[in-house]
Amino acid sequence: MAEAQGTAPAGIVAEPVVVRTETRWLFIMAGMLGIMLAVVVLTGVFQALHPLSHIEIIDPATLHLSGEFVENNLGSAVEPDGVVTVRMIAHQYMFTPQCVTVPVGTLVRFRLTSPDVTHGFIIADTNANAMIVPGFVSEIATRFDRIGAYKMPCHEFCGFGHHGMWAHVVVVPRDQFPKIGPDERMTCVPR
Amino acid sequence: MYRARRLVICHFWAALLCFAPAIVLGVWQMLMRSPLPAPLDDPNVYYASVTAHGSIMAYVFPTLFAMGFGYAITVTTLARPLKGQVWAWVGFWLCVIGTAMAIVPVAMGRSSVLYTFYPPLIGSPWYYLGIVLVVLGSYCWIALTLVNLRSWKRENPGTPVPLAMFAITATALLWGWTALGATVELVFLILPVALGWTHTINAGLARTLFSWTLHGIVYFWLLPAYIALYTLLPQAAGGRLYSDTMGRIAFILFLVFSLPVGLHHLFMDPEQGSGFKFVQSVLTFMVALPSLLTVFSVAATLEIAGRVRGGRGLFGWIRALPWHEPLVLACGLALVPLGLGGFGGLVNMSYAMNAMVHNTSWVTAHFHLIFAGAVVIVYFAIAYHLWPQLTGRELTSKRLARVQLWLWFWGILITTVPWHITGLMGEPRRMAMFDYAEPFEAKMGFLNTLSVIGGLVMLSSVVLLLYVLVRSSVGATARVPPLTYALAVNPPAQVPALLNGFGLWNAILLALIVLSYGYPIGQFFFLRTHASPGYSLTEEPRR
Repeated sequence: MAEAQGTAPAGIVAEPVVVRTETRWLFIMAGMLGIMLAVVVLTGVFQALHPLSHIEIIDPATLHLSGEFVENNLGSAVEPDGVVTVRMIAHQYMFTPQCVTVPVGTLVRFRLTSPDVTHGFIIADTNANAMIVPGFVSEIATRFDRIGAYKMPCHEFCGFGHHGMWAHVVVVPRDQFPKIGPDERMTCVPR
Repeated sequence: MYRARRLVICHFWAALLCFAPAIVLGVWQMLMRSPLPAPLDDPNVYYASVTAHGSIMAYVFPTLFAMGFGYAITVTTLARPLKGQVWAWVGFWLCVIGTAMAIVPVAMGRSSVLYTFYPPLIGSPWYYLGIVLVVLGSYCWIALTLVNLRSWKRENPGTPVPLAMFAITATALLWGWTALGATVELVFLILPVALGWTHTINAGLARTLFSWTLHGIVYFWLLPAYIALYTLLPQAAGGRLYSDTMGRIAFILFLVFSLPVGLHHLFMDPEQGSGFKFVQSVLTFMVALPSLLTVFSVAATLEIAGRVRGGRGLFGWIRALPWHEPLVLACGLALVPLGLGGFGGLVNMSYAMNAMVHNTSWVTAHFHLIFAGAVVIVYFAIAYHLWPQLTGRELTSKRLARVQLWLWFWGILITTVPWHITGLMGEPRRMAMFDYAEPFEAKMGFLNTLSVIGGLVMLSSVVLLLYVLVRSSVGATARVPPLTYALAVNPPAQVPALLNGFGLWNAILLALIVLSYGYPIGQFFFLRTHASPGYSLTEEPRR
């Protein structure tokens, strides 16, 4: 390693040059990060792009007894304003219901919670992605642009059966989405 | 090496002896997830394996490595034996015993909670106690670093603390602060349930505390590699460090900003509101700054070395660098995954864009690319660089060392590029197996097979690493010149107190933590959140 010992003489670059170049680089990089940050802020504000944004508390021990997550309230519901709300429960090791139907090109609001451990879900090709933590309701809104069957796996380790926890979302043309009353719920679970 | 040879070499070997089997587990896990047949085809074993692989790679291997490297830096930069060396051995054995204590229940399938714990899942208390012991062992190192620095400063008033010592102290402090989150989670939330003292756990609070550790730890892994870039690489390349001051500023920025950003791991979580997610997203941008400064310093440093060695023209100096030196080669190769992984990281931390990739293979790809591709490859080179100091023998041979580094480099790229793509296709991480008969997964079959090949290349690289290190530990001793650190182009005669110590920076860090984590943690004490009963993973797994 003899040849590798510091062969460059001291002061090979003058101190003011070092300071000037480094300061310039510092400002360029800070500017670059500033622009990136601005993009994130502006899209967040103007396109309402937010991750899960509010805290909603629920008791995991009693959610099946009363309230919106009782069994006959699960599945797709149509709100008076036309928005579709999908309510599901994530538990070891399945979603209930296992399959939901939603119309294409409509705002769909997913509301999920867990009575046992932490789960999560992702629907590929959409921005629907959330953790489902016991004690909280996860709500995320998305819009499906394409008709078809989407996979909806649990994406957080929830125990030894985790890899078997997959649900499906079936996106149908609007005219094939049945007219359901305010108290009716839709699923595509085979009966 | 000031009577610290045995101490350092024991840390390095313990780190490597954990690392090598964890690599084997990693390759097998990839095999499980691929369409190829895997031996011992059992998902329960997969989850135990991920727990062991992650615990070793995240908590044990880098910690032992940083401790060993840290002791080496402390004695060589301060040029005297370590004060309180007996405590260094106490710390070492705490780490070793803790590791065994954690891994045995995992191997028995009684604590497959993955290395990120995931309460309310609860595993064997021995696992958690083992991890806490590892942290305690590392705290011995932190304390010794501070004690030795303080006594040296007292005896050398006005003298600048050598940059390497300054940087390893920043690393130790960073780890001290960072480890608190997960340790509090383990001691106050998880262990009471695992031991049966209480029955419920607040999953939201536990996840928030873990996020405290989750990002700082990444920088704790990274900083030893950066220390090599700033203080060993210039010498090995035959040049001088461009700027000592910028090095100090970079390490201070890492210390201050790498911790109050962990909430960006919880962007998709329901227990935190958008306000603090946004604040920490902004702070995350700040922590990119010291890395970008480092890129400039390293490039300028290497250019000086290349030109001194006769390189001409705009890029001719790159060719003139001594690429046959393993350290120079490793640092050069590390910049590629660091750049790629860095840009991937910008996606992850971007508040809303993260929704595309959260908890997909993209994330696994991102942190493997940074950790293995940019950090561990430099750890290898540090080991090669220090080995002659530790063993009193020449490294045999530098050629094999170069082959090893190249294998690792290509291995990690072949492994992680396919994961990035499958992640964008929506492949969830942490799943033991996929049903490749389904069209959704079928299209990922080829990519997952490719990653197995990358894994095998990395495994071959590790075999070669162990071969080179063992071969360089036996045989005739040689005269080894003492370890030297890079001199700056303009070595500082004096350094302002702010750049020579950490008092103020610790205070600023504490203030930032209170501001950024005070409410996210505090809310659990006044919002009426619900705790969940623990779900035991220690019972006979269902088959």
